[in-house]
Amino acid sequence: MAEQTSTANAWPANPADLIPAGRKRLGWGLLAIATLGLLAIIIVQVLYKTEMSTVGFDTWRPVVYAYILWGIALGAWQVLTRGEDGQRALFLLPALLFTIAMVIFPTLFGFYIALTDWNLSSFTGRRFNGLDNFWQMLADPYYRNALFNMVLYVLAVLVEYVIAFGLALLLNAQIKARKFFRVVFLLPLMLSPVAVSWMVGKSLMEYRFGPAATLARHLGWDNPAFFSDPITARISIMMLDAWTFIPFMMIMLLAGLQAMSREVLEAARVDGATAWQTFWQVTFPLMLPVSVTAVILRIIFKLKLADIIITLTSGGPGGATDSVSSFIYREYRDRSNVGYGTMLAMAYLIIIVVFVTWLLKVASRFVRNVN
Amino acid sequence: MSVQTTDYTVSEIRSPAAFITSRVFIYGALVFWAFVCLFPIYWTITTSFKSAVDVTQGHLIPFVDFTPDWKGWRSLGLSPDSIFQTSTVRDEFLKRFMNSVITSVGASSLAIIIGSLAAYGLVRYRYKFAWFKNEDISFFFLSQLILPPVVLALPFLVLYREVALLDTRIGLVLLYTLMVLPIVIWIMRDQFNSIPVELEEAALVDGLSIWGAFFRIVMPIALPGMVAAFILAMVLCWNEYFFAALLTSTDAKTIPVMVASQTGSQGINWWSMAALATAAIAPLAIIGIALERYLIMGMTAGSVK
Repeated sequence: MAEQTSTANAWPANPADLIPAGRKRLGWGLLAIATLGLLAIIIVQVLYKTEMSTVGFDTWRPVVYAYILWGIALGAWQVLTRGEDGQRALFLLPALLFTIAMVIFPTLFGFYIALTDWNLSSFTGRRFNGLDNFWQMLADPYYRNALFNMVLYVLAVLVEYVIAFGLALLLNAQIKARKFFRVVFLLPLMLSPVAVSWMVGKSLMEYRFGPAATLARHLGWDNPAFFSDPITARISIMMLDAWTFIPFMMIMLLAGLQAMSREVLEAARVDGATAWQTFWQVTFPLMLPVSVTAVILRIIFKLKLADIIITLTSGGPGGATDSVSSFIYREYRDRSNVGYGTMLAMAYLIIIVVFVTWLLKVASRFVRNVN
Repeated sequence: MSVQTTDYTVSEIRSPAAFITSRVFIYGALVFWAFVCLFPIYWTITTSFKSAVDVTQGHLIPFVDFTPDWKGWRSLGLSPDSIFQTSTVRDEFLKRFMNSVITSVGASSLAIIIGSLAAYGLVRYRYKFAWFKNEDISFFFLSQLILPPVVLALPFLVLYREVALLDTRIGLVLLYTLMVLPIVIWIMRDQFNSIPVELEEAALVDGLSIWGAFFRIVMPIALPGMVAAFILAMVLCWNEYFFAALLTSTDAKTIPVMVASQTGSQGINWWSMAALATAAIAPLAIIGIALERYLIMGMTAGSVK
């Protein structure tokens, strides 16, 4: 994706941009002061919090402010000492500093918490306990069950993909009121999953009066309880989640269909291909790159699945519908088990990083082989 | 699926019977799925006008099955007869609503600002921070998309308590910004890639600075993309529940958290639940219908070459 990027090198260096030594010194001085200030505040605060000194702030908030000021000084330093190059760096710096502060630090901190025994409701406070949480995790049947559920939920993406592809084909057909149908099909994506799980999951699919249950009775299902036995409960959750997210894949696939060249389809028809053949030999292979992008993005979103389960079943019956996120959520909410919960989350992070990396690799090889 | 779907000339379809069958099938499927999409929304809106009996008997059609009543909206203090009276529920609702508006608009705006700048830099210039080149930096940003909220949730809970950001709107804004930033960068990178470099070169020759060229020349062209990214970010932030549920308690609670905590001691008041759900989904539904073009533009960025 970065082929078009090397323009900056081609531009002539601006001769007026030779930077006077005084300006450089100013830049370095500014950075030095800001860095020292940041370090000083951190040290003062650490000493205060560890009760080695009496001077300090109640919260760590001043450190946040100091970090922001330091970021500004860093930008100024770039511009002052590097001129135009510094101005270019300024485009990237805010996002970079923000993401580093918001991700790297909490993740590292998370790895530390994961190695502690820390229950917010107990009086003992935080205590380092090495790999105990890890061994506990390996022996935890509920966590394994949640991981297994994630496999099922991710596999459900394939079904969603088939439906989304079908809808995209329908919308790409020569139909009237295309815009109306497109807007309607897109609507579920806009709705809050929490509101949806209440109004659809708990009301529409209610055992006694819900229209969905009534319909199921008419269709011959005597006992339409959507959330009481493990398998139906899982399928219900999958259906609800699919309902909100199918539009996402559908729109991407529709864009792919509309970008396809008419000539190829025309040629297939001239050669006497049937509808079925044209789809499998022409449309589907050509759509493969878009399909792979859509499915992978959808899987990434699926791996975060939590809201619907938390509001609808709280993992029940008996943990059957738990996703990893909802399980960890309850581990914290109900048991205040911060240390163990974080260990589970970190393990999950490692698992999905490995999984997604593998997925991307397989997908790129797959697309290359078919085309 | 039939192939007529990707085909704009109907003439070549063999027989009229086959044509009619395919039409019936296509429109049947379209109407069926439209029903699947719309019925839950219809159910939500009508339930907010039902009384207890109408809910438990599963009445569906207003004026035929049941007499609509402002019951649900009255319990929120938003019905015509109660709108001018004082209502604690309404105050509560409006507070949550404003929290949602502020956090989602704030986070989306912040993400658009820093995300667009970063995307522009990554598209136009070559960077090298230590051994990190453009591709690595892009990957770093986009890889944040994989990060599940649950990984950050507990560390943030502890950190936010330390920096006194727990249960504040600013705290949520920062987290939501982080959440949507990869998507914004993804969309904006695609946008800036489609703008010819010659425009900026001309602007630089005319004496604009790098930042001048960005604000005066590039930004106006990339505005539709920014709107697209903004709306997509809005949708994600408005519907976010996980962080809001964990990190807010009284002051900064957002609408989804309020919806999720509606179980009373006498079971669920479906009418007020439905009214609340309607109010929670209405803003986005309206935005989605009005600005559908931009939403689609945002979702398809970068997926189609």
